[in-house]
Amino acid sequence: MPARRIELMLCTGTGCVAGGAFHIKQALEEEIARQGLEVEVSLVPTGCNGFCGQGPLLVVLPEQIFYGWLKPEDIPFLVQEHFLKGRPVKKLMFVPPEKKEPIPLLGDIPFFKKQMLLVLRNKGVIAPEKIEDYLARDGYTALEKTLTTMTPPEVVDEITRSGLRGRGGAGFPTGVKWDVCAAVKRFPKYIVGNCDEGDPGAYMDRSLMESDPHSVVEGITIAAYAIGASQGFVYIRTEYPLAITRLQRAITQARDYGLIGNRILGTNFSFDLEIREGSGAFVCGEETSLLHSIEGESPEPRQRPPFPAQSGLWGCPTVINNVETLANVPQIINRGAQWFASIGTEHSKGTKIFSLVGKINNTGLIEVPMGITLREIIYDIGGGIPEGKQFKAVQTGGPSGGCIPASQMDLPIDYESLKKAGSIMGSGGMIVMDEDTCMVDVSKFFLQFTNDESCGKCSSCRDGSDAMLEVLTRISKGEGREDDIAFLEELAPAIQDASMCGLGTTLPNPVLTTLRYFRDEYEAHIKEKRCPAKVCKDLIAYWIDPQLCQACLICQRECPAGSVYGEKNMVHVIDQGKCTKCGTCLDVCPPNFGAVKKLSGVPVPVVEHGIKVERKKRPAKPGQAQV
Amino acid sequence: MAKLTLEDLRKKRAEAQKGIYLREGEFKGKITVHMGTCGIAAGARPIVAAFLEELEKSGRHDIQVTTSGCAGLCSKEPMATVEMRDSPPVKYGELTPEKARKIFQDHVLGGAPAVDYALGIGSERGA
Repeated sequence: MPARRIELMLCTGTGCVAGGAFHIKQALEEEIARQGLEVEVSLVPTGCNGFCGQGPLLVVLPEQIFYGWLKPEDIPFLVQEHFLKGRPVKKLMFVPPEKKEPIPLLGDIPFFKKQMLLVLRNKGVIAPEKIEDYLARDGYTALEKTLTTMTPPEVVDEITRSGLRGRGGAGFPTGVKWDVCAAVKRFPKYIVGNCDEGDPGAYMDRSLMESDPHSVVEGITIAAYAIGASQGFVYIRTEYPLAITRLQRAITQARDYGLIGNRILGTNFSFDLEIREGSGAFVCGEETSLLHSIEGESPEPRQRPPFPAQSGLWGCPTVINNVETLANVPQIINRGAQWFASIGTEHSKGTKIFSLVGKINNTGLIEVPMGITLREIIYDIGGGIPEGKQFKAVQTGGPSGGCIPASQMDLPIDYESLKKAGSIMGSGGMIVMDEDTCMVDVSKFFLQFTNDESCGKCSSCRDGSDAMLEVLTRISKGEGREDDIAFLEELAPAIQDASMCGLGTTLPNPVLTTLRYFRDEYEAHIKEKRCPAKVCKDLIAYWIDPQLCQACLICQRECPAGSVYGEKNMVHVIDQGKCTKCGTCLDVCPPNFGAVKKLSGVPVPVVEHGIKVERKKRPAKPGQAQV
Repeated sequence: MAKLTLEDLRKKRAEAQKGIYLREGEFKGKITVHMGTCGIAAGARPIVAAFLEELEKSGRHDIQVTTSGCAGLCSKEPMATVEMRDSPPVKYGELTPEKARKIFQDHVLGGAPAVDYALGIGSERGA
């Protein structure tokens, strides 16, 4: 390949693709060709860069200049100014919220600064569809080392000593799982990579697969060697077409190169890998359901023991690891158990990938060392809460996890501390909520999800979630009863105790944690018929303050229900009977009037039709003499 | 394709590493070609191409060729600045592709500035 000056790392993860990354790619290719820069400048489509909130985005190497929110029409100017003439374009750089000056370099942007890239070390640096790129970044050196210098028990031992625990949620020690399976002397054995990511707002596994699929292929092959498996499957949901395409390509390349298949690299070890697509049932993330699904059976969990390590796929010994767990393996083999164990906290080693979403400035995919505090994640990496609002809580672990309140901001993130706080690590979804989030509404949302996704095998989960949802719905409608909280607290442990799989045993978590930390909100809904965050539609009303209304007619025009009565110079009034509480009037009321108010828990003051507006004087501009 | 042996894999990896060196970001030297409108009009683009060709031939992965705006001395364009680690930058003017090749050989690879083409050593002072 001829020498180049510039490499353009264009993010083509799902987020950026949805934002038009392929249009940017086309525009770049066209303009680069027009300027005759094809030789000097190369364009590399990468997997998820992580800073999804800025997509479509581009990193210019070797300088590491970061451009975000690109539009195809920006491209000709960018190519001419920067790539031809060497003048970086300020207006396309990242500007932190509430700041004026852009930060040109990726390494200086706070979102990236506090991260520690281990599993995602190749994100944004390689083209995921090229095995050469992975090889160049020391790819498959761990496999080489394993097959040529280590015995299977040595590999298991290395992983055990590293302290690696399952990244899918429960945090079971990976080495122990492998050891149990390795000890069973029945063949064939299987290894399964779990990429059935189903939590709302979570996309760690997908992004990993889209940005560095070979790290999973290498990890799973090493795992197969350690336990003596001859066949592997990666179970991945069919809603992840890009991840599937890239993984399939990686598997084909690895097979062509002889990195999987018969007698790998000339050794006696043979192993092959296939993809199994799941159709998106949440319960398939649970290991025994997942195995049933691969076998072509109905995806229902079964009782354990026997554990899959002893009796899994078609009754054969099977290890199931999350794909993030597997992607850690090559790193541990290359750099040693001791190195890995030096990162993190006492019982949680290494890093964890989170998808940071919700009411947060810097939405994106992050990888941080275990033990980092919530405060660092939310304020340093996440850049705080938009519009200066108050941070209220963060939901970790998706529908199986719990809400951690602002008072626990300094909680170090690891398996134990999250459990103590009533939540779980889960697979890594992190949904940030601000002061405008109603905790009853949040629990109801997650319960609705688990209720939909319950496979129905255990009545405690199936009917228990029904009963919980019914109570939560009642509370959010203002029809809650005095004993509802006690009922929820009694029902929750029953569901946890009597359900067979993780879905049932964790589904009460959102309710229990919100009751633990935000009990006053439940009580306000039940006793005062008030929603403190003003979210629950049945408990709020929109009202126009007659003293602030300037009769601009905007809300009257925009209201989709035709519920605003208004005329020129007359105070506008909302007909509460017609109002559907969509909030349009609040959104469109000019901020300098601020006349539309949300009310909850108080009677809506009656405003007569036909009141003349009180004109407000415009505030004088600073420096202007007041007349 | 044929299955790889260990040897083949290592060769493939070494070959692949050549392709991504710009991403590793470790450079001992930097050649900046000034590409303002004046530079481009005076023929800066063939200079970039010449430097890149020489770089390719040398097989070196610790040298970066880049561009920047007008250097201010438009009558001496095309111009380039060569900065090698631990020595002051040298500005060259009135370049031709041939001169560029010689600068690459003598200064970048050989370590001795091509004084015949140099306009000056060091950078302008800030105010």
